[in-house]
Amino acid sequence: MALIKVENLTKIYNTTAVPVKALNNVSVEFEKGEFTAIVGPSGSGKTTFLNMIGGLDKPSEGQIIVDGVKLADLKGSKLVEYRLHHIGFVFQAYNLIPVFSALENVEFIMLLQGVPKKERQQRARELLEAVGLGDRLNNRPGQLSGGQQQRVAVARALASRPEFVLADEPTANLDSKSADDLLDLMENLNQKYNMTFIFSTHDARVIKRARRVVTLRDGAVVNDQTSN
Amino acid sequence: MYLNLSWRNIWRNKKRTLIALASVFFAVITAVNMRSMQLGSYAYMIHSTARFYNGYLQIQNKQYWEKRSLENSILQDSLDFSRLKQVHHVLGLAPRLEAFTLLSFGNTTRVGQIIGIEPEQENKVTNLKTRLIAGEYLRQDDYAALVSKGLAQMLGLSLGDSLVLYGQAYHGQIAASLLPVKGIIEYPIRELNNSMVYIPLQAAQDIFLMPGRLTSVAIMIDENRHLKDVKEKVARLIPPHYRVIDWPTMLPELHQSIQFDNISGMLMLAILYVVIAFGVFGTIVMMISERVREFGILIAVGMKKTRLLIVTFGEIVFISLIGALTGILGALPIVYYFASHPIRFTGEAARSFDALGIEPVFNFSTDPTIFLNQALVVFLIALATFAYPIFFIKKLEPDKALRS
Repeated sequence: MALIKVENLTKIYNTTAVPVKALNNVSVEFEKGEFTAIVGPSGSGKTTFLNMIGGLDKPSEGQIIVDGVKLADLKGSKLVEYRLHHIGFVFQAYNLIPVFSALENVEFIMLLQGVPKKERQQRARELLEAVGLGDRLNNRPGQLSGGQQQRVAVARALASRPEFVLADEPTANLDSKSADDLLDLMENLNQKYNMTFIFSTHDARVIKRARRVVTLRDGAVVNDQTSN
Repeated sequence: MYLNLSWRNIWRNKKRTLIALASVFFAVITAVNMRSMQLGSYAYMIHSTARFYNGYLQIQNKQYWEKRSLENSILQDSLDFSRLKQVHHVLGLAPRLEAFTLLSFGNTTRVGQIIGIEPEQENKVTNLKTRLIAGEYLRQDDYAALVSKGLAQMLGLSLGDSLVLYGQAYHGQIAASLLPVKGIIEYPIRELNNSMVYIPLQAAQDIFLMPGRLTSVAIMIDENRHLKDVKEKVARLIPPHYRVIDWPTMLPELHQSIQFDNISGMLMLAILYVVIAFGVFGTIVMMISERVREFGILIAVGMKKTRLLIVTFGEIVFISLIGALTGILGALPIVYYFASHPIRFTGEAARSFDALGIEPVFNFSTDPTIFLNQALVVFLIALATFAYPIFFIKKLEPDKALRS
């Protein structure tokens, strides 16, 4: 059974005078352990698609089933709980809590999950060491480079032990070296832990590293290619 | 960790937080001092007035205050004076037998008030000895009178002269006596100065044919803020057909003027606190509006809105309470200084105080409830301003916040 099943997904925004169809009847499935890039030009619906899978936005039509659970059936705090325990998020602008250290940022997700203090501190330390930031545990985001901040964001996304990680343009704000390092890290985590990564990008380097590339244009899937 | 996050969040913008703290700090200092001076002055005025004659409380027969008749007297032996004296905050008890009679000397007759007292007990309650301007103070076994200066002048009385007393005694009998003048006392209030005659209680009970009976027991306490407490305790120690009346019942004009003045003070405070509320509110609005995206991220990664509200509430409480507590600490030395060095005032107001025999000073109160109330008010302001984050975060949609 597919980990994520997207069926006839349509999203229409009514915020302007003319309704905008951001997603148009998208149907796609993702298996456990995939390393998939969602690509397409700006405005093609990549971020909307990730937001839908992540339960951050509601479809106008169609449905999303994650591990047998219909996201539409989850409301309010149940949906928040679901995101907390099942999905890891990595954002383009890192979006770490600026007043927390790297260690505390990673620990915070586990605090929300109710993990005991000792355990969450140990796990946060291990994750930061795994992303190569063992010597930056107590640095705040402002004291880290963009690449380092995005590594903390990846560690934070993995801290909740999610079923899959959604990354929205994770390399967009990084230089080449940092982007390569981050891709190495995500690839390594994908292979080592069979962690599912779905990321939106229009970065050619990222697309080249993805094992599956789903191309969106004008809100519709125009290509879905898997390489070995 | 949530409180840790709140604490660190408020220091993201140090200048803004310090400005918000300063506004609360100075407002609380001002409010505490205003309130301390106002309540301190009331307490001083009430204390001085109670010392004059009435005391803070009086034990009476239930009908006495309305009828002022000797028929509505109480039995001295029905009161346990030793237990009454032991009630916390009670400074003294003055048993009295009061009656209005005709007073004559030579060809002149006036109406006066005879007050039978236990001289030493009375002095503890009203400092009567300090009003003596000629002659000697009464002893318990004397058969003599202290006459107020105005009355003595009207009757042409001097020390050693005999005052004729003629009136109605208990059960409609006749009270008549001849009392030598042992001392002259002076009151700054004309009504009192023209009417008061003090005699020993035993003598009064003999004259009015009321052995072992009293019309009232005046009670002096240390501070007005203990009035309710003492009144309740005293009420439990007296027979059920007696009652305890307090100074607001005995002196309604004073009570009303204090209430009126207090309302104007409260209005000033309310204005001050509205200013504080807007200061804190402005800070909160800015703190929220610049973190919309961050809130969106936190909700997206799985933070419940209620937890986000806890963090935001922590920020408001930190700013409000730090401001309030430092304000209270800042106000303490000022209040304590002026409590021991009252501000003396002059002019027309001072003259009206002098006329009442009260020293014209602004006393400061060190009542801890003044300080606690300010902290409480600031906390309530924090609660009120919290309505904005509740409204804002409740409506926040993570996908829109992420796009902001």
